[in-house]
Amino acid sequence: MRRATLRSLLAHKLRLALSAVAIVLGVAFVAGTMIFTDTLDRTFTDLFESTASDVAVTPEGGAEGIDGPAGTLSVPGTLVGQVRAVDGVAAAEGYVQAQGVYLLTPAGEVLDTGGAPGIGISWTSAPGLDTGELTAGRAPERAGEVALDSGSAEEAGYAVGDRVTLLTPGPRVEATVVGVFTFGEDGGLAGASLTAFDVATAQQLTGVGDGFSGIQVAAAEDVSHDELADRVVAAVGDGYTVQTAQQQADEQSAALEEGLSFITVLLTAFAVIALFVGSFIILNTFSMLVAQRTRELALLRALGAGRGQVTRSVLLEAVVLGVVGATVGLAGGFGIATGLRALFGTFGLTLDGDLVLSADTVVWSYAVGVLVTVLAAWVPARRAARTPPVAAMRDDHVAVERSLRRRTAFGVALVAVAAGALAGSVAAGDSGHAPALVGVGGLALVLGAVALSPVLARPVVRVLGAPLPRLAGTAGRLARDNAQRNPRRTAATASALMVGLTLVTGFGVLGASANASVDALVDDTVRADYVVSTAVGQPFTPEVADRLRQLPEVDAVLQQRFTQVRVDGQSTFAAAVDATTLDRGLALEYVAGGSDGLAGRGLLVDETTAAERGWEVGDTVAAESAGGQPTELTVGGVYAANQAVGSMVLSLDTDAALGGPALDRYVYVVLADGTDAAAARAALETVVDAYPVVGLKDRDEFAGEQKAQVDQVLLLINALLVLSVLIAVLGIVNTLAMSVLERTREIGLLRAVGMDRRQLRRTVRLEAVLISVYGAVLGLGLGLVLGVGLTRALADQGITELVVPGGQLAGFLVLGALIGVVAAVWPARRAARLQVLDAIATA
Amino acid sequence: MTPVQQTSPAVPATAAGTPAARGRALTKVYGRGDTRVTALDAVDVDFRHGEFTAIMGPSGSGKSTLMHCMAGLDSLTSGSAWIGDTELSALDDRGLTRLRRDRIGFVFQAFNLLPTLTALENITLPMDIAGRTPDAAWLDSVVDAVGLRSRLGHRPAELSGGQQQRVACARALAGRPQVVFADEPTGNLDSRSGASVLSFLRTSVREMGQTVVMVTHDPAAASYADRVLFLADGRIVDEMAAPTAERVLDRMKAFDAAGRIVEVG
Ligand SMILES: Nc1ncnc2c1ncn2[C@@H]1O[C@H](COP(=O)(O)OP(=O)(O)OP(=O)(O)O)[C@@H](O)[C@H]1O
Ligand SMILES: [Mg+2]
Repeated sequence: MRRATLRSLLAHKLRLALSAVAIVLGVAFVAGTMIFTDTLDRTFTDLFESTASDVAVTPEGGAEGIDGPAGTLSVPGTLVGQVRAVDGVAAAEGYVQAQGVYLLTPAGEVLDTGGAPGIGISWTSAPGLDTGELTAGRAPERAGEVALDSGSAEEAGYAVGDRVTLLTPGPRVEATVVGVFTFGEDGGLAGASLTAFDVATAQQLTGVGDGFSGIQVAAAEDVSHDELADRVVAAVGDGYTVQTAQQQADEQSAALEEGLSFITVLLTAFAVIALFVGSFIILNTFSMLVAQRTRELALLRALGAGRGQVTRSVLLEAVVLGVVGATVGLAGGFGIATGLRALFGTFGLTLDGDLVLSADTVVWSYAVGVLVTVLAAWVPARRAARTPPVAAMRDDHVAVERSLRRRTAFGVALVAVAAGALAGSVAAGDSGHAPALVGVGGLALVLGAVALSPVLARPVVRVLGAPLPRLAGTAGRLARDNAQRNPRRTAATASALMVGLTLVTGFGVLGASANASVDALVDDTVRADYVVSTAVGQPFTPEVADRLRQLPEVDAVLQQRFTQVRVDGQSTFAAAVDATTLDRGLALEYVAGGSDGLAGRGLLVDETTAAERGWEVGDTVAAESAGGQPTELTVGGVYAANQAVGSMVLSLDTDAALGGPALDRYVYVVLADGTDAAAARAALETVVDAYPVVGLKDRDEFAGEQKAQVDQVLLLINALLVLSVLIAVLGIVNTLAMSVLERTREIGLLRAVGMDRRQLRRTVRLEAVLISVYGAVLGLGLGLVLGVGLTRALADQGITELVVPGGQLAGFLVLGALIGVVAAVWPARRAARLQVLDAIATA
Repeated sequence: MTPVQQTSPAVPATAAGTPAARGRALTKVYGRGDTRVTALDAVDVDFRHGEFTAIMGPSGSGKSTLMHCMAGLDSLTSGSAWIGDTELSALDDRGLTRLRRDRIGFVFQAFNLLPTLTALENITLPMDIAGRTPDAAWLDSVVDAVGLRSRLGHRPAELSGGQQQRVACARALAGRPQVVFADEPTGNLDSRSGASVLSFLRTSVREMGQTVVMVTHDPAAASYADRVLFLADGRIVDEMAAPTAERVLDRMKAFDAAGRIVEVG
């Protein structure tokens, strides 16, 4: 029996290759995603673990990792002494770390970090607290000296002794490179650039005064980190966060994971989809493989093989194929991971070092490859074992069509769950449960659609294919009939494309809505003629605003900052703005009070926050921050929720009093009446051009810049989806090629009675188009539901508009048809090449 | 026994005398070296208009090969075949496809019908492929002749083997081809279903003026024909006009006795 199995495997090399392709694809996708995720994880974990000090003291609410709003909170310089005095502390040093420090290349341009932050740090060289490892030169010791991270130095072409220019949140700085260092184990900074100063210079440049961003502590040998942390807490008191190395690394990893959660979730989703789609292809392939071998298996049964033997023979075949497929797929996974790394590289997330192949990846790859194949083969194997021996004698064994009733019931139940969840998400409003409910609803909807797809295949294909006989004659009619012939197969083939297009469409709707929301926000909220900001909303020097204010063409300038304060005991982000020009630059819709409520120590809050906290105009609330004096704020106005300013607004004075750094994020410029637009722009540009990190944008450009970010994310998602569409194409190729093999005799007959090769090719092509358009139609429908649900669920995240990108959706439909055409090329050619007589003779 | 050449060699074709199909020095060799098989060995053959010819001979004697070569399904090693006055070797794949579609009808031993099409759709398939509208009156008479009017909307899986073969015959005739080739059309049928298919073929010859060439192993089936050609080892070895089942059987026994026929069927 085993010999019969292996012989049969080898005898059908083409079928074998086609089914192996399905497994390879599924496994490659899963493995590729896992390898990439592991590599991503390793890069950051290494970075954090190798850079954390034994114990660290940071301002409460301020420990946000390198991506956080560093520089907004600080610890007083005097605290360092207090910490040093703690028993068990070997060394303690204050450090400074701030964003917005950029290196200029010799050509005078900002060194491209691909969107990653430019970070300035103070150099610490106490034992156990080294900032990094110097690979050349020495540490910076006084003003006018810097050390560069090796990646940035290399990219810009600087070496020890060179003069460099740096842009900082404050003034431009000229300095001499005295050292080059690596940071973390691999020197991997994920694209960010690091510039190290001596402590005093760093304090001065980043505006923390004589304070620090935090204190690093090295533990003495005889004390555990946990123990030491407890002692430090006792010494410094409330208001500070004290963490061990482990806690820091964990927190930073967690923060990063949250920052990258979108990517990880996306990748995991794709792995699941890949698995899903791959399983379909494998299941499909095996069903056909077994169906084609019905006679052979029946002959074995007739010769006395038991049912179990037949089942085992098919399963053994599946195991062999699964192992081979998984091995090749794992290798393919490296290819996919390399591709993903390159893709993310173009988005500024540079991952150095080798790809990581974890045991998990290997186990999963084989588990997926072998288990899914065996599971996929199980159903047809059982069916094969049930073929009566007499089928061997019968000329054309017609496979008994099984009832779709169970599937229908299951599918309807899932759709009901989906409907419930989606309805619930609308009802949930802004309780925060909406996105999760949409996720559950979406998953149930897609699964329900997969279950129902065979039921829908016949009627929908009939309608879609209705015009074919008229348009393409016999070829059209045969194509339509063939596509309806086996609804399970049609559905399984189409489902790969369906899942891919569901996601593309859903995100398409979300993206279009997000872009429309940006437009609406800029239209409704921004009154200013121009906005000055960095591309990613990083802080920059207030000099820009000061110089713009002096231009005769400028009527009003509004500075906007973001700051972190504790208001009434809760740490929140607040916007700080010029009280006098707020209404000139931005249009807030006041429900109570107005911008004059900012005067003194005034506070404006949005409606939601006011309602949540029970604040009314005239109430006073306590505000404090680690860097400044505690202050009483008076609620001076309530405005309708607005994405431009967030939940609270302070005046610049109040912010300064609370110790916020004097760095702007946005500067809004209102031109004087009657100024010539072109001349005004030229005047503004002469000022802004002096600061390479910031750009001048009119309202359209500003909206465009925000939309570009949305588009970039969409591009990333779509690039990943291209991969799943690719799998879908190969799935269709696979099914069609199998169908052609299966219908060899029919094809021979058609050729014998006068169908020429071109007509035959057209028949296969139209069948493929019908199947793929069927998948596309289902995908578009589901994607629309999902996209609308998602957009609704994210309404309180600022996606206020709902836009269905009709043109884009029509494009996807055309794409579906094209995919069919492309997928049919090879199977159609194969069909046309069949020799008439051989085909007729095929049993 | 010396092979008997009963067909008149290379008679100049007149309008009335042009055969519906003819072959000259038809030779087909499969394989080479040790596995070389001469399936057809310089066969000359004419199939006249309005004649029902049966081809008989032992298994492996080249009957199917002869039909396939005459019908443009297979290529010759040497020699020439004509349908009417069209020489097949002059045609490319598309030309042959057209020829099969428009001027030849086929009935195979089994698997004649597309499972997705109804009986009627199967009957009109060659014309549908060509994009021609069938001649309604002719189609009607063909359908009546096969006696399947009540089954036209059924799919092949819902028809008996005999009914399927009759549908195949109707398809072969529906386009008024110049020649109908049938390779063991009753091979899979019981004697009653076989008889209905054969009488239908004979009717089409007698009453509709069709030309039919049929391969068979069954002397009773051969008796429906106007003449029988006997093939052995790729040559035509005998011919019999106005055959009856007994005479054919006797003739074949004679082959057997001469040791020329090792097995039949
Ligand atoms: N494709 C092929 N390749 C090699 N040899 C072939 C091929 N087709 C037929 N033959 C050989 O040619 C000879 C004639 O075959 P053919 O099929 O014409 O016989 P037949 O008279 O139709 O026999 P049967 O009554 O069994 O159908 C046989 O010896 C056969 O083995
Ligand atoms: Mg034969």
